[in-house]
Amino acid sequence: MTPVSKKLYTDDVSLLVVLIDTNPYFWSTSNQGLPYSKFLSHLIAFLNSILLLNQLNQVVVIATGINSCGHIYDSSLAPPNKRAETLLQKLEDFVLKDEELSAEDSVDGIKSSLLSGSLSLALCYIQRVFRSGTLHPQPRILCLHGSPDGPGQYVAVMNSIFSAQRSMLPIDSCVIGAQHSAFLQQASHITSGIYAKPQQLDGLFQYLSTLFATDLHSRSFIQLHKSVGVDFRASCFCHKSTIDMGYICSVCLSIFCKPHKKCSTCGSTFGQPQATVSSTSNLKRKAVDT
Amino acid sequence: MTERQVIKRAKYKSSIKDPGTPGVLTMKRERFVFMPSDPRSLMKLNVEFRFIIGHKFSKEAPNKKALLNLTQDKGESYIFEFDSFSDRDACRDFVAMAIAPPANAGKAASDKSTGPPSTEQLSTAEMDRRIKLLQVDSELQKLHKEFVMGGVLTEAEFWATRKKLLDDKISSKSKQRVGLKSDMIFNVKPSSDGQALHIAHKFISHALSHAVIQIFAEKPAVRRAYLNLVPKKMTETDFWIKYWRAEYLHSTKNIVAAAAEAAEDEELAVFLKKDDILASEARRKIRRVDPTLDMEADEGDDYTHLPDHGLSRYALKDSTDSQYDLYKRSFLQDLNRHAAVVLEGRSVDVELGDTRSVAEALTRLKQVESANEASNTLMEQGRSDLISRMAELEDLQGPRDHPVAPLSIKDPRDYFDSQQANAVKTLGESQSGSKHMKCILNAHEAYGSLRKSISEIKGLGLTDPIVKPEVAIKVFNELTRRISNTNYHLGKDPHESVLDGLPNVTKEEILHYRFVSQQWTSIQELLKHFWSSYPITTTYLHIKVNKVKDAMSKIYQKLQDIKSSVQQDFRHPVSLIVQPMTQALDAAFAHYEADFQKRSTKSVERPNGFV
Repeated sequence: MTPVSKKLYTDDVSLLVVLIDTNPYFWSTSNQGLPYSKFLSHLIAFLNSILLLNQLNQVVVIATGINSCGHIYDSSLAPPNKRAETLLQKLEDFVLKDEELSAEDSVDGIKSSLLSGSLSLALCYIQRVFRSGTLHPQPRILCLHGSPDGPGQYVAVMNSIFSAQRSMLPIDSCVIGAQHSAFLQQASHITSGIYAKPQQLDGLFQYLSTLFATDLHSRSFIQLHKSVGVDFRASCFCHKSTIDMGYICSVCLSIFCKPHKKCSTCGSTFGQPQATVSSTSNLKRKAVDT
Repeated sequence: MTERQVIKRAKYKSSIKDPGTPGVLTMKRERFVFMPSDPRSLMKLNVEFRFIIGHKFSKEAPNKKALLNLTQDKGESYIFEFDSFSDRDACRDFVAMAIAPPANAGKAASDKSTGPPSTEQLSTAEMDRRIKLLQVDSELQKLHKEFVMGGVLTEAEFWATRKKLLDDKISSKSKQRVGLKSDMIFNVKPSSDGQALHIAHKFISHALSHAVIQIFAEKPAVRRAYLNLVPKKMTETDFWIKYWRAEYLHSTKNIVAAAAEAAEDEELAVFLKKDDILASEARRKIRRVDPTLDMEADEGDDYTHLPDHGLSRYALKDSTDSQYDLYKRSFLQDLNRHAAVVLEGRSVDVELGDTRSVAEALTRLKQVESANEASNTLMEQGRSDLISRMAELEDLQGPRDHPVAPLSIKDPRDYFDSQQANAVKTLGESQSGSKHMKCILNAHEAYGSLRKSISEIKGLGLTDPIVKPEVAIKVFNELTRRISNTNYHLGKDPHESVLDGLPNVTKEEILHYRFVSQQWTSIQELLKHFWSSYPITTTYLHIKVNKVKDAMSKIYQKLQDIKSSVQQDFRHPVSLIVQPMTQALDAAFAHYEADFQKRSTKSVERPNGFV
C-alpha cells in the first residue's frame, strides 16, 4: 500500500468489516424472505457505495459458514475494477470448501453458523490494523446474520463482544432471519452499535445505506435507530422463567425463584440457619433494563 | 421619603406603668427629639435613629392606649404614649421609614453601629463595583433589570445577598498555598574541583534562599553542621566551598578518595558521610509501621537484586568493603528524599533573608514535630495492643480439616438455551424460525442451491434499480417513524432527555425551552427574598412581601400557560422541568396565605405585648 499523506485522512475514513451469513440451510429455506442472489446483489451495491463515500475507505468481507469461516474479500488487496467478480469467485470457493468439511449428509432443522469464529477473525484483522500505526481508518463491524443463535457459542461470542467493547469497536447487526438474535442484540447494545431487523427485506439495500453506512465520526450528530432495549433479566434455573427477585446459591450463584433445601447445580445443601444470616443466601433484585 | 419631620404631642414613659411626662416629640430624618412641656423636667431626649433598631406598637383598640416603643440596641427602650392612634400611626410609619434602609442608600440597618450612617449616598467605589459586576455577568444583569427596574426589589435588597461578589478584597486573595518546586535544581554535579569552587562562589554571592531551603530541608545533617559551624568555626563562604567540594568528590565516584579526604578534614566528612539524622528519622518511621499489614511480595517487587536500577553513582568493584559503606550515596536516595520533602510542603516562608535564620527555623520545626510524635504515647499503646492481638498470623497456622464437597456444575448451555427462549419470547416475535423448520435438509442440496445462487448473480449482475422506489419509500417512512418516535428514546441514557435531541429552532418553537430554564434563576431570586422577609415584623417587610408575591404570581401564570400550550409529545419532559418550579411557588403562596390568615385573626385576639 502506498503511503497516504495525512491530509487525505479525514474524520470519516472507515474500515468496514462485513460478516455475511453463508449458512446454506438457512438460505435454502428462507422462502418468505430474500433469495440468496438478491441478497448478494444488495450487498455488493452496498459495498460499492461504501467505497464511494471516501477514497480511503476499506471494506473487508468475512463469510460465516457452518464448519468454517474465511476471508472473502479485502478492498485494499483486490483489483479495483473487478470487485464483484473477485468477491463472488472467492465466495464460491469458500462454499465448496465448507461443504467438504461438513460431516453429516442431512441435518435436522437449521444449524447455526459460526458467528463466534467470524467475529474473532474480524477482531484479529482489526487489531492488525490498529497496530499498523497511528494513521488508520476507523474500524467497525457489520454483521448480516440470519441463522439462529447456537447456544454452544455463547461463551465465545460473549468474549468477542467484550473484547470489541474494550477496543471501542461498534458491532452493528442487521438480522435477516425470521427471529431476533439475542447474541447480536447484546453485542450491539454493549458496543453501542446499531441493531436492526428490517421488515421489508426487498428493500435491504435501503436499510443498509440509511442505517449502516454512517461512519463513526458522524454518528455523534446523526440520529440513528435506537433499539427498544435488551432484556437483561435473569431466568430461574428451575422453571426457566424470568424473575425480578429470587434466591441465589452462595456457592455457585445459581438463581432460584423459590427457596430450596439443596442447590440443584452444585449440590451444596442450604440449611444450617445461623443467628443473623438466613440460610437461603441473598435476596437479589435484578434491575430491569428496558 | 415624603415627610421631613413629624411633630406630635406625646408622653414619654420610661416604663409602661409610668404615667409619663407630657411633651412634644419631634421626629426628623436622623433623630427624634422629645421636649417635655415642663421646662424644668430632665426628660429631654435627643436620640439618633442610628441607635434605634426596632419599634413596637400597641394594637388599635378602643380602650387601649396608643403606645410606641422604640428599642435601642443597647437594651434601652423609649416608650411614647400618644393622644390618638392616628398620631401614633403617623409616628410609627415615620420611624419605620427612618429605620429601614432608604432606597438609594448603602448597606443594611445592622451596619448603622459602624462607621457613617446609612442614609449617606453610595460611595463611588461601590457604584463602580456594582456596575462592573453587572457588565461582566449577563445573568446578573438580567435579574437586576427584571426586578430592580421593574420595581419588585430595591437595590439594597438585591445587593444585600451578594456582598461576597462586591467585596473584591476577599476574592483577590488566593486561597491556595504555593508549594515547593519538584525539580532538583541543586543536584548539580561539579565536574572538576575548580567548577566546585565556582558554584560555591555563585551560591554565596547570590544568596539564593530557596536553594538554601531545599538543601537544608533535604539534608538535615548539613543543616546541623551549618548551625554548629557557622559563624563560630568557619565563615559561610568556607562552609559552602566545603559543601560543594564534597559534591564534587561524590560526583567523581571515587570512594577511596572520598574516604581519604574525609579522614583528613572533619568538616568535609560531615558532607561525605551518610546523613545520620535522616537515618534515625527513617528508623523511627519504620517503627511506626503497623506490622499487621498484610502485604504480599511478588517477583515484581524484587529490586534488591538489581544494582540501583542502573542508576548507581558508584561502579562498585569491591562491594564487600564495609569501611566504605559510610561514604556511599545513591541517586535513588537523593531522589526519594527530595520527593519526601516536596510532598511535605512548604514549611518556611521564603522571606527570611539570612541563611542562618532559615536553618534555625527549619530546625525548630523539626523539633516541634518530633515533640508531637513523642507525646503520642496513647497511639503507641493502641498499636502495641493491636500487635499482640494479631500475633496469630493465619498462614502460619496448621491446616484445619474441612470436608471438601465436590463441585458439580451443570453445562452452561442448558442455562443459555432457556435464556434465549425467554429473551425471544419477550420481544414479542413469533417463534417461527426455530420451531417450524424441522424439515430434513440434505447437505448436498443445500450447498448446491447456494452455489447456484452465486453463479446466477454472477451471470445476471446487479439489477437496475437495486431497490424499487415504492419499497424504498416504505423503508424510509418506517425508519423515520421509528427514529422520531419518542418511545424509543428511553433506556439509553437516563440523563439525556428528549429535549436535548431536538434542534434548537424546534425547541424554541415548541416550548420556549430556554425561557423556562431561565425562569428558574428568577424564581430562585424571588423566593430567596420572599422567605427572608418572614416573619413580617415591619411595614417595610410587608410591602416587600407583597411586591415579591405579585411578581411570583406573574411568573406562575406564565409557567401554567406554557404547560398547557405544549404539544402532546413533549408534555411529559416539559412538565418534569416545570414542576419543581411550580411546587416551590405553591409552597411560598401557601405560606403567605397561612400567615395572612394568622395575622388577621391575631389582630382580634390579644394585643401586641402591651397590657
